[in-house]
Amino acid sequence: MVVIGGITVLAVVMMTILSPYISPFNPSAINVGPLLQPPNSRFLLGTNHLGEDMLSRVLWGGWVMLQVAILSVVICSIIGVTIGLVGAYAGGFVDKISSLVMDSIYAFPGLVLAIAISAMLGPGVINMALAIAVVYIPSYFRVVRSQVLTVKELTYVEAARALGAKSRRILTRYILPNLLPSVVVVVTLNFADAILTAAGLTFLGLGVPVSTADWGWDLTYGRQLLFSGAWWVIGFPGLMIVVTVWGFTIMGEGLSELLNPKLREIA
Amino acid sequence: MPQPQQGGLLTLRSYVVARVLLTIPMVLLLLTLVFVILRVIPGDPVLLHFEKAASPAAMDAMRHELGTDKPLINQYIDYVWGLLHGDMGKSMIDYSPVSQQVMSAFPATLELAIYSTAFAVVLGILLGVQSSRRFHSAQDHGIRTFGTITYSLPVFFLGMVLQLTLAVGLHLFPTGGRIAIGMEPVGLTIGSFHIATGLFTVDTLLEGNLVKFVTALRYLFLPTISLGLVICGTFIRMTRSNMLETLRMDFVTAAKARGLPNRVITYTYALKNAFLPILTMIGLQFAALLAGAVLTETTFSWPGLGSYLVGRIGFRDYTAIQGAVVFFGLLVTLVSLVVDLLYAYLDPRVRL
Repeated sequence: MVVIGGITVLAVVMMTILSPYISPFNPSAINVGPLLQPPNSRFLLGTNHLGEDMLSRVLWGGWVMLQVAILSVVICSIIGVTIGLVGAYAGGFVDKISSLVMDSIYAFPGLVLAIAISAMLGPGVINMALAIAVVYIPSYFRVVRSQVLTVKELTYVEAARALGAKSRRILTRYILPNLLPSVVVVVTLNFADAILTAAGLTFLGLGVPVSTADWGWDLTYGRQLLFSGAWWVIGFPGLMIVVTVWGFTIMGEGLSELLNPKLREIA
Repeated sequence: MPQPQQGGLLTLRSYVVARVLLTIPMVLLLLTLVFVILRVIPGDPVLLHFEKAASPAAMDAMRHELGTDKPLINQYIDYVWGLLHGDMGKSMIDYSPVSQQVMSAFPATLELAIYSTAFAVVLGILLGVQSSRRFHSAQDHGIRTFGTITYSLPVFFLGMVLQLTLAVGLHLFPTGGRIAIGMEPVGLTIGSFHIATGLFTVDTLLEGNLVKFVTALRYLFLPTISLGLVICGTFIRMTRSNMLETLRMDFVTAAKARGLPNRVITYTYALKNAFLPILTMIGLQFAALLAGAVLTETTFSWPGLGSYLVGRIGFRDYTAIQGAVVFFGLLVTLVSLVVDLLYAYLDPRVRL
C-alpha cells in the first residue's frame, strides 16, 4: 500500500513540476481552440467555455493545491507537535489549558472553521494554507500528547533525567525521535485532508483568484456548465483530485499499519 | 473524562452531571475562539463590510445599530450574553435577527444530515461485515479499496458527477433545490394546533400528501447519496476492524460450536458487540458530516445552513457568518455530548 500510494503521489508531483515543459498550451490562454470542445485528437481532454485547453489545465492544476498542502502541513505540524510535546511534558495546568483549546478547535467542523478564517483573510495561497493549518493543528497535538504521556514514564527517559539532562534536551533528543513515526503517518494523512479542504475552499470561491489553472477552480466554473453536458471540464480535474488524495490516503494507511504491528495482525 | 469517586463506579446520574459540566468550559472556549477569529483579529467588521466605500456617517450608524462601537470586552460580553438567550445579533444586510435566519435554514441541513448518516451507516455496516466475513478475499480487498476511494472523493465532485449522469443525462432526479416550487409542505393543523418540523419528508406525511412526500424524497436523493457515500468509508473500516476482533472472541467460538448458522452469529451475536464503537464513530463523524454538508448544499443549491453561510460570505455579512459558525460549533458539541451520554448508558464500563 505504501508503495502504490507513494508511486501515485510521486507521479502527480512529477506531472505538476514538469507541467511547464509538457503541456501543449498555456493553461490560462483563452481561445487556443473552439469553445467547449469534447476531447479530440488536437485537444486530448477537450476545451472549456473560454477555449482554454483542458489537458494543459489538468497538468498545471496541481500547483496551487500542492503548495497550499505543503505549506499548511509544515505550519500545523510544527505548531501541533510543539504544543503537544510541551503541554504533555509539562503536565498540570499547561497541559489542561492546551488540551482544552485544542479540543475546542477539534470540535469544529474543519471546513467551517477554514471557511470562516479564509473569509476573513481573503484568497491566496498563504491565506488558504494558514486557514487549513489552524484546523489541523489538533490532529498533531492529540497524537503527540498521548505518546509523550506514555514515553515520558519510560525508564530511559527517567535515566536521562536522573543524569541531569535538561528538559529541552530530554524533549528533543530522547522523546521526539520516539514520536517521529506516528507524526509521519499523521503528516501523510494530513496531506490528503489538506488537499480536500483546499479543493473545498476553492470550490466555494475562497481559494484562488479567478481563472487560475487549478483543479478546484475548474470544478467551480464547471458547475455552471453542467447543463451543457460538458463532462470533460469537471471530469478530468476532479479525477486528479481523487487520485492525489487517494495516493496520500493509502500511503498513510499503509505506513500506519507498518508502524503499528498490532493493527497489522488484525488487518 | 470525569474521575470516579472513591475509586468506584460513577452512577449514571453523576456521570451525566460531570459530562454536562465539562461541556461548559468547552462551549465558552469555542465562543471565544470564534470571537477572536471573526471579531478581534480582522478588526472593524463594518469597515470590512463596506470595503471602506461608504460615508463615515453611514458606517457609524451601522456600528451603533450592531453595537460594534463599544469596546471589545463589552462586545464580547454582549455576544456571550446574547447567545445564552438565543440572540446572535443582527444581520448586516437588513438588521433582522441572525438567530431567526439560522433557525429557518437549520431543518434543511438536519434533514440532509439524518438521511445521509443513515445511508452511510447502513451501507458501511453491510460492507464492513461482508468484508470481515470474507477476510483477505478478493471481495474484502475490493470493499476496502472502495472505502479508500470514497474517502478521497471531494463531495462536490461526486455530486456533480451524479447531477451530470442521473439528473441532466437521464432526468431521473432534479439537479438541485429542496422541493418543486409550490410544493412546500404546510404540516398538520388540528384546530388551533399546528405541527411543522421543517423536515419536508416528515411534514409532507403529516399533511398526508404522498405526492409531495415522494417529490421531497426525489429532491433529497442525490444530495443524500453524495454525502453518504463520502462519509461511509470510515464506517466500513470501523465495522470491519471491530468485527474482525469480535469474531475471534470466545463467545463467537462457543456459538459456532453450538452449531449456530454463520449468518446468525455474524449479525446477531458479533455485530451487536461491535456496534458500540460504531456509535462513537457516528458522533465523531458528525463534524465531518457538517463540513461535507456545506459543500453538498452548495453543489445542490440545498437551502440549509451551509448555503446560508456561503451566501452570507458573498455579502460580507460578518454578523451572520459569526452566527452560522457558532451554530455549527454548538451543534457538534451537543451531538458529542449526546453520544457520550448514550454510550455511558449502554456500556457501564465507560463510567469506570
